[in-house]
Amino acid sequence: MPDKITISINGTEIKTEEGKSILSVCKENDIHIPVMCHFPGLTDVGACRLCLCEVKGYNKLLPACTTLVAENMEIQTHTEKLKEYRRVIVEMFFSERNHMCSICVANTNCELQDMATEVGMQHVRFPFLNQECAVDASHPKYVIDHNRCIMCTRCVRVCSEVEGAHNWDVKNRGYNARVISDFDQPWGESETCTSCGKCLNVCPTGALWAKGSVQGKLDKFPEKITDLIEKRGIH
Amino acid sequence: MAETKGKKITISPVTRIEGHARITLQYDAKGKLDEARFHVNEFRGFEKFCEGRYFTEMPAITPRICGICPVSHAVCSAKAGEGIMRIKPPRIGDQLRRLIQLGQMISSHALSFYHLSSPDMLMGWDCDPDKRNIVGMYEQFPDLVRRGIRLRQFGQEISMYITGKKIHTMGVVCGGMSIPLKEEAREALLKWIPEALETLDMSLELYKGYYEKNKEELNVFAYHPTMYMGLVQADGTHEFYDGKVRLVDEKGEIVEDGFNPADFAQYIAEHPIAWSYLKYPYYKPYGFEKGFYRVGPLARLNVAERMPTPLAQKEFELFRQLEDGKVIHGTFHFHYARLIEMLSSVEQARDILNDPQILSTETWARGERNQHDGVGCTEAPRGILFHHYTTDDNGLLTKVNLLIATGQNNPAMNTSIKQVAEKYVRLDDVQEGALNRVEGAIRCYDPCLSCSTHAAGQMPLLIELKDHRGKIVRTLARGG
Repeated sequence: MPDKITISINGTEIKTEEGKSILSVCKENDIHIPVMCHFPGLTDVGACRLCLCEVKGYNKLLPACTTLVAENMEIQTHTEKLKEYRRVIVEMFFSERNHMCSICVANTNCELQDMATEVGMQHVRFPFLNQECAVDASHPKYVIDHNRCIMCTRCVRVCSEVEGAHNWDVKNRGYNARVISDFDQPWGESETCTSCGKCLNVCPTGALWAKGSVQGKLDKFPEKITDLIEKRGIH
Repeated sequence: MAETKGKKITISPVTRIEGHARITLQYDAKGKLDEARFHVNEFRGFEKFCEGRYFTEMPAITPRICGICPVSHAVCSAKAGEGIMRIKPPRIGDQLRRLIQLGQMISSHALSFYHLSSPDMLMGWDCDPDKRNIVGMYEQFPDLVRRGIRLRQFGQEISMYITGKKIHTMGVVCGGMSIPLKEEAREALLKWIPEALETLDMSLELYKGYYEKNKEELNVFAYHPTMYMGLVQADGTHEFYDGKVRLVDEKGEIVEDGFNPADFAQYIAEHPIAWSYLKYPYYKPYGFEKGFYRVGPLARLNVAERMPTPLAQKEFELFRQLEDGKVIHGTFHFHYARLIEMLSSVEQARDILNDPQILSTETWARGERNQHDGVGCTEAPRGILFHHYTTDDNGLLTKVNLLIATGQNNPAMNTSIKQVAEKYVRLDDVQEGALNRVEGAIRCYDPCLSCSTHAAGQMPLLIELKDHRGKIVRTLARGG
């Protein structure tokens, strides 16, 4: 049995257990923290930085998804500074690659769009990088459009941890980082991809989609992946 | 005449058109009009940035070319995609796309006629420019203006009721329509029909009355014979959506009948020009200049043998009597042709809505990439439209070629403004009304330049007279 501990979130005392992340404790206590790279059942990696929070005694902001709670921890999740930082992060998602919502398959069914609304993004205050990002349609059933990828790596993790195929991985660093198939081969030439489609269902944007999907009509079933993780007892 | 040496008149921007453009009138040393040029100053780059996209995305991307005629681009894209897939949509999918396209014809033509061009007719070419717009019109002709606005609304409601969006319609996909028609939408749209027919009857009477009164001027206004190109059905009936491409010469003789749209590059060539982003297309076998042709409402009525609906057919017969011949060359009659096409669109929309199977959910055929190339062809409000896509083995676009209606009318628009300027613009006494006639010649074609919606008549007009060294010797300004 993990040790019982007491922490404080936004001034409210909460009794919980050691070994849990700040994010999971917040969820248990109905405290909503914006997050995009987290997916229930997959290993958290702290990629999106949206769940950053302030912890007393630390001069750096800490990601709620990968920071474990500790006795007497005093956490702030919704300060004005954090709200502004979250808005900045979402604006940076939009400025880093080429997100054209109006023509996207995921339009109106997109977590990035929802997040922009949630954090109160009015417009993008940073110059667009206008990076040249390829579209890989070599897979017989699916397409990956790097223009729409926010590098949350959910696809990498679901492929590795749930499907066990590990087709997806990441190359390069910073804004040059890209999700790759096998050893940076065209997806259609992958020897590991099982064409299961799990990556499509966990993708928060329109970066991964099935051929035949049309504008604003992308069907995604992330809850099926959650069910599968629970039934298989992963983690 | 030394003071007129090398003078140039610039009309910039041209008002009451869709987009930004300018006109320059270049005079020689003797004060004679040397060149009249219609400059399009915008560059959009769709052909380039669509490269690398997956071909089925195109029906969503290309409608963004234009806020007035997005449906034609969507339909043309979907057809090109269907060429790549080698599939055909189910009948009802086709009918729904046709219905939305008819709605677009109504809204676009209504915008052109009531909002942009009718002030010239009803208020007069020389009327105060502050009054010569739809707001000024409303003071004098409230019923007509209200009806014109509502007619445009009806056209957009067709798209709204079917797809949920008035502009940049959704649902047009490679293989048909992803959104079927609902019963409540059908009923709501049918209620509009009687009012729309009444408005068009009233407008046609008005146009014919105006023509009778101003016959002398209109018969020579930008009158110049050209070839004409448009779609017709297999039996030669007027057609908007599908059909064969027909070209007639200036005497109305059929030059081409049913060339495969996929082979258009064999028939039509484009000549780039240094002073405009619009190229000069021409009919290849006749060569540059002799092969200039016109597209759009006037061209469609000139290539057609009959209209598909009874009321429009009655008007078509009267239209054809205008010049006692097979073809009508008077540029002003673009407006008449536009009214007849709106009438036919309303009748056709009614017939489609009354189709007993129109509520079917079998609207979308699925398929995958089966060949590298696909060509789409349909009619946009301003004329015939071609999309030609080439893909790699995976369906990513490697080449996109769009042949757009306004571009095809470019040579004719330049001829029209030259004719009108020669007749009305006096270099020693430049009258605002004369320049408005030059703009009016352009408005006949209803050019869609930025392919975006604009408020009517709110842009400033600047006319500069420059000497041969480029020094401004006189400036006239209005509006703004």
